[in-house]
Amino acid sequence: MPELATAVRELSFGEAIKEAIAEEMRRDPTVVLMGEDVAEAGTTFKVLVGLVDEFGKERIIDTPISEAGFTGIGVGAAMTGMRPIVDIMFGDFLMIIMDQVANQAAKIHYMSGGKWKVPLVIRATMGATRRSAAQHSQSLHAWPSHIPGLKVVVPSTPYDAKGLFKAAVREDNPVVIFEHKISYRKVKGPVPDEDYVIPLGVADVKREGSDITLIALSSMVQVALGAAKMLEEVGISAEVVDPRTTWPLDEKTLVESVRKTSRCIVIDEGYFRYGVTGELASIIQEQAFFDLDGPVRRLGAMHVPIPFSPPLEDVTVPTERQVFDLARQMVNR
Amino acid sequence: MSTAATSKTASQADTSKTASKAGTSQTSQIPTDKLLRLYRQMVAIRLFEERVNDLYTRALMPGLAHLYIGEEAIAVGVCEALRRDDYITSTHRGHGHCLAKGASPDLMFAELLGKEAGYCKGKGGSMHIADPATGNLGANAIVGGSAGIATGAAFASKYLKQDRVAVCFFGEGALGQGILYEELNLAQLWKLPVIFACENNGYNEYTHFSESTAGDVIARAQAFGMATETIDGQNVRDVHTIAAKFIERARKGDGPAFLQFKTYRYHGHHVGDIARAYYRPKAEEQEWVTERDPITLHGQWMMDNGVADRAQLDAIQEELIAEMDAAMQFAIDSPYPDPSKVDQDIYA
Repeated sequence: MPELATAVRELSFGEAIKEAIAEEMRRDPTVVLMGEDVAEAGTTFKVLVGLVDEFGKERIIDTPISEAGFTGIGVGAAMTGMRPIVDIMFGDFLMIIMDQVANQAAKIHYMSGGKWKVPLVIRATMGATRRSAAQHSQSLHAWPSHIPGLKVVVPSTPYDAKGLFKAAVREDNPVVIFEHKISYRKVKGPVPDEDYVIPLGVADVKREGSDITLIALSSMVQVALGAAKMLEEVGISAEVVDPRTTWPLDEKTLVESVRKTSRCIVIDEGYFRYGVTGELASIIQEQAFFDLDGPVRRLGAMHVPIPFSPPLEDVTVPTERQVFDLARQMVNR
Repeated sequence: MSTAATSKTASQADTSKTASKAGTSQTSQIPTDKLLRLYRQMVAIRLFEERVNDLYTRALMPGLAHLYIGEEAIAVGVCEALRRDDYITSTHRGHGHCLAKGASPDLMFAELLGKEAGYCKGKGGSMHIADPATGNLGANAIVGGSAGIATGAAFASKYLKQDRVAVCFFGEGALGQGILYEELNLAQLWKLPVIFACENNGYNEYTHFSESTAGDVIARAQAFGMATETIDGQNVRDVHTIAAKFIERARKGDGPAFLQFKTYRYHGHHVGDIARAYYRPKAEEQEWVTERDPITLHGQWMMDNGVADRAQLDAIQEELIAEMDAAMQFAIDSPYPDPSKVDQDIYA
């Protein structure tokens, strides 16, 4: 955590995001936010409650339930002088907008030889254990990360969420930001009152350690920090590194940490197979192979559609205990 | 000549009467220089496309191209009713739209050949010509894929209190895509200055549109309460007059329109689609080429009405042939991009 300036309050993750949006809308009149039930309702998660009172329905825009339709409008408006924020209630709906995101927004700059720009922010949610079942619980940040032309933000703390969101709005490229929906209220932390941005592509060491590196994203940062505390009690010093963005990716910080600790677990709430953990593990092994004491290990969501029933759902997501057990086994202490 | 210009507007009483006599009464109001320009622009596109076909046949062009020959009156008639700062989105069959909106043939040819000098530095090719200087938001290789972009540009125009209009060109094949209907709904709901220009050339690739399209085409847009019109897409004066009316209506803030242009694609789905008798009878093609050609019809009309004589029309053609040949040669002589540029322009 960087040094914080004066007037630091404790905000929830959701409050920090709302503050970021409000500040950027005050700063730049071309910023609008559109989505389903974003105005008076303040989104289904109530994260944006009150914004419409300040900015009006001209700028906090309720749309029909037409994710592809209003995302397409966001792309076109972004090309022609605006900085729209498109609100996708559940990350699972990424599938509905994927042509607009992956074939249109991501490629327009390149296909036009660099002539058109698409300064669009797509905010979506991620995360399981909310008892919402298979179509409202997925963590799909690997999908846009796969597409050249997109940037992908996965904040884990209120401080990061605000600074990264503000940077996303100021970006001249399409950015997809995944907000962990359990974190909205549950995760709280210090947030300065001042205007600050966190550049995309800079990882953050959330906790320093010397025996093992836990690379974790979004909700899994809290899990890794919890596990690190448990490990400390058995004499194992774990370093927790949060990439904060899956693309651009701060490979250097990740690799340097693993070179120091010689062990690594990558933890993510996305599906285990063909996902973020596989990508990061391969980067570590390519760049830090001779510093490793053993294979890079991974923990991710089970390869099942997220089930509804609590005892079923709870076993699909990595836990502090799993991280603790695996780390202990790897350090062999 | 106005037989196809029928009026079928559902709810907009103010727009429901105008088109029926457009072919005769309104087109006479088009000034002479504009009539000549409509002709010139159509011939330019025809000559450009013939050279594209030639480049393909001579194996000088990488990939494929989808020719616009036969449909020139639509791009020209519509774009001549637009300002330079108005927007268009185009399709995989997009050369005509780009040229009609003001693109330079030399930079177009260069892009089609994958050359550094091309509109997109060789990164887009035939299906992705884009040019901010002429308001061209880009041709699009996803059928229906640009409906959102055009509607979004119209949204920005309204929000930023500009008075720009966006025209979304698409073929009747896009009628099968869901996003088109989402955009029709949003455009009408928010009264956005966007014109949905449906070029119905009768064929979704290799399939007659009657095999893919239930019900009535413009009734779909009418269901959203949108102003609509079906227009003879081979009559450039009708196209221009009616498009201009709806464009200015949108510019004033009176909302979007859906225009269906009946037209025909002389060539195959793409340049390589030569043997096509299995889906389209030769006699049908021949009939459109000989009876309904937009350039021949407009040239004849101008001669019949004393606007121009044959010598004038021939002179236009000769001048354009020289221009197109030079543009094509420029592209052939232009260098390819250096491979080191492959990863430039991914991010702004």
